[in-house]
Amino acid sequence: MKDGMRPSLPGKLSLHVPEPEVRPGGKPDFSNVAIPKAGSVRRPEVDVDPETIRDLAFSIIRVLNREGEAVGPWAGMLTNEELMEGLRHMMLLRAFDARMLMAQRQGKTSFYMQHLGEEAVSCAFRKALQPGDMNFPTYRQAGLLIAGGYPMVQMMNQIYSNDADPLKGRQLPIMYSAKDHGFFTVSGNLATQYVQAVGWAMASAIKNDTKIAAGWIGDGSTAESDFHAALVFASTYRAPVILNVVNNQWAISTFQGIARGGSGTFAARGLGFGLPSLRVDGNDYLAVHAVAKWAAERARRNIGPTLIEYVTYRVGAHSTSDDPSAYRPKEESEAWPLGDPVIRLKNHLVRIGAWSEERHSQMEAEIRDTVVAAQKEAERHGTLHSGGRPSMRDMFEGVYAEMPPHLKRQRQQAGV
Amino acid sequence: MARMTMIEAIRSALDVSMGRDDDVVVFGEDVGYFGGVFRCTQGLQQKYGKTRCFDVPINESGIVGTAIGMAAYGLKPCVEIQFADYMYPAYDQITQEAARLRYRSNGDFTCPITIRMPTGGGIFGGQTHSQSPEALFTHVCGLQVVVPSNPYDAKGLLISSIENPDPVIFLEPKRLYNGPFDGHHDRPVTSWGSHPLGEVPVEHYTVPLGKAVVRRPGSAVTVLAYGTMVHVAEATAEETGIDAEVIDLRTLLPLDLETIVASVKKTGRCMVVHEATMTSGFGAELVALVQEHCFYHLEAPVIRVAGWDTPYPHAQEWDYFPGPARVGQALRDMMEA
Repeated sequence: MKDGMRPSLPGKLSLHVPEPEVRPGGKPDFSNVAIPKAGSVRRPEVDVDPETIRDLAFSIIRVLNREGEAVGPWAGMLTNEELMEGLRHMMLLRAFDARMLMAQRQGKTSFYMQHLGEEAVSCAFRKALQPGDMNFPTYRQAGLLIAGGYPMVQMMNQIYSNDADPLKGRQLPIMYSAKDHGFFTVSGNLATQYVQAVGWAMASAIKNDTKIAAGWIGDGSTAESDFHAALVFASTYRAPVILNVVNNQWAISTFQGIARGGSGTFAARGLGFGLPSLRVDGNDYLAVHAVAKWAAERARRNIGPTLIEYVTYRVGAHSTSDDPSAYRPKEESEAWPLGDPVIRLKNHLVRIGAWSEERHSQMEAEIRDTVVAAQKEAERHGTLHSGGRPSMRDMFEGVYAEMPPHLKRQRQQAGV
Repeated sequence: MARMTMIEAIRSALDVSMGRDDDVVVFGEDVGYFGGVFRCTQGLQQKYGKTRCFDVPINESGIVGTAIGMAAYGLKPCVEIQFADYMYPAYDQITQEAARLRYRSNGDFTCPITIRMPTGGGIFGGQTHSQSPEALFTHVCGLQVVVPSNPYDAKGLLISSIENPDPVIFLEPKRLYNGPFDGHHDRPVTSWGSHPLGEVPVEHYTVPLGKAVVRRPGSAVTVLAYGTMVHVAEATAEETGIDAEVIDLRTLLPLDLETIVASVKKTGRCMVVHEATMTSGFGAELVALVQEHCFYHLEAPVIRVAGWDTPYPHAQEWDYFPGPARVGQALRDMMEA
């Protein structure tokens, strides 16, 4: 009998507090994560009655199998060129993360959050959208910018809070904002923006526009009330929105079972709201893209919202302020059964004859040069503690469209 | 006695309280196994079991709402909101529920909960990890608001808060967790290791709520401060040579008006400093009370030095923070008035 089901003595209650399978010192164990075979989950029509696909909330849509083949009804949506571009985006993001993590350790910025192991989710999703669509991202979707062609040097300028920072030094590193690239300003608070994505999508519908929105949230933050608010509004108004849940297993030190509770999966949260709810292999670039495309088509055809859970694993620390060795086994990421998204796509491309080890090494070198060059350019504008920095005047600007008298007085008092 | 950081003092207060009273439970985000992102609850789950110290789903409204329910049952929850900036989803539960249970039920139900939250800036936390929302709580009848400035007070005040029969908002200046901070961010960090108030009894003791303390006696001007700004005010008094009397309020509500009034009547001048934004900040309340009670003793207008009325910026953190330069200038201006 499972721990949670253990009966107590008659008349005596006891509190159930879920625990992860393994803690530091233990042997990583993902035997409880059921992984269906690639290609085994059906692909319904986008106008399917959500009630008939409730089972998809409890499975995992996968395209790439262990042999590196793309199989099943969700395969065949991308050309070889698109796949090679996808590989490049993920590798760019990974190299960018590595450099910025190092920059933080060198004291060039205060804080950083990396994507290691989750690159496929945001990179592949971005390619399912069209210009004009809007993402409401969390702090771990920089792949939306990388895959959307946003200048890397701008991202670095923001991270460094230097004098070319498009956000004038006001925001924490990686809390980018890029409206022209379909990237809503990252808040820093959790779940608040999920429901805003629904509102943006409702506005697009009110104005009979063609644009759709995508909300983003992590497994832990689905516990926030704003997540449930987003689901009920999306459901009621059939908003043209894709509601993404990135389940990377860990919310800082808290394992996903604390937020999930007894619901089986995060995707299953959508069922009570009548939302089509799909679960996808988040480390499979092709599967992420195919499912995102399916949901985007539903939204764009005015059929309604879709909830997608990306099953992935946060290989790195939550942030540079975190030390995961204190709460999970060090080897856990290696035991993660869905592998590494970069290696899996690379193996697929090699398997179909579109790629080689040699070309891969060349691209790695080219990417390294690209990222280093961007970093040099950004550092010419300064880093957090040296070189050019945003002015004190910038601190007072932008609170309101027009600066009110009390703030003008304060700015004068500050001598700027 | 033992040497403690403010983190260790808070942990000790929780430990002592949980040890003395089985009804004290502790929970919050990352609070259980990991011991909190600032490590204030480290080891408590191991010692008291996972039904008395546990991790929760990320839902601040849920944290406070369940704490209220537990308090209604008869427990004494001491919950953690990971950063004060994350408090807002719980604001409904705090202001309209916790604060009013006693009043609306005429004492049928009460709410002896303590809500801990790290507050203030100084760690490059940007606008969502630096806020000082004390005025949002002092404006709510039924709440008590505590802001310690050192390990000794943190432990004694936290034990008092947990033992108090009504809800307490316990704001922990995160910049003081590991050492006193006088606002000179460009100087080496200091630890609590050599500070007299880093000397903390290991056993149970209390520092009463509602009692301020004179940190630095002086005759020229009264400076009202709490949390991090107490250390900034003390340092500024030394650096400017202005004989300021620095009062550490410790509890904002209920406020120790007696200590404030006695001091201002003696010095004839009063300045309020806080890190929170100026407009409608707690300083406004203090200034109003001082002029109501000390008007005929005042030789100059009562002034405030506070955070600017902008969100807490990331890169311009030290332009925003009301450090010794701004406090010192205001002190000099005041003495010339």
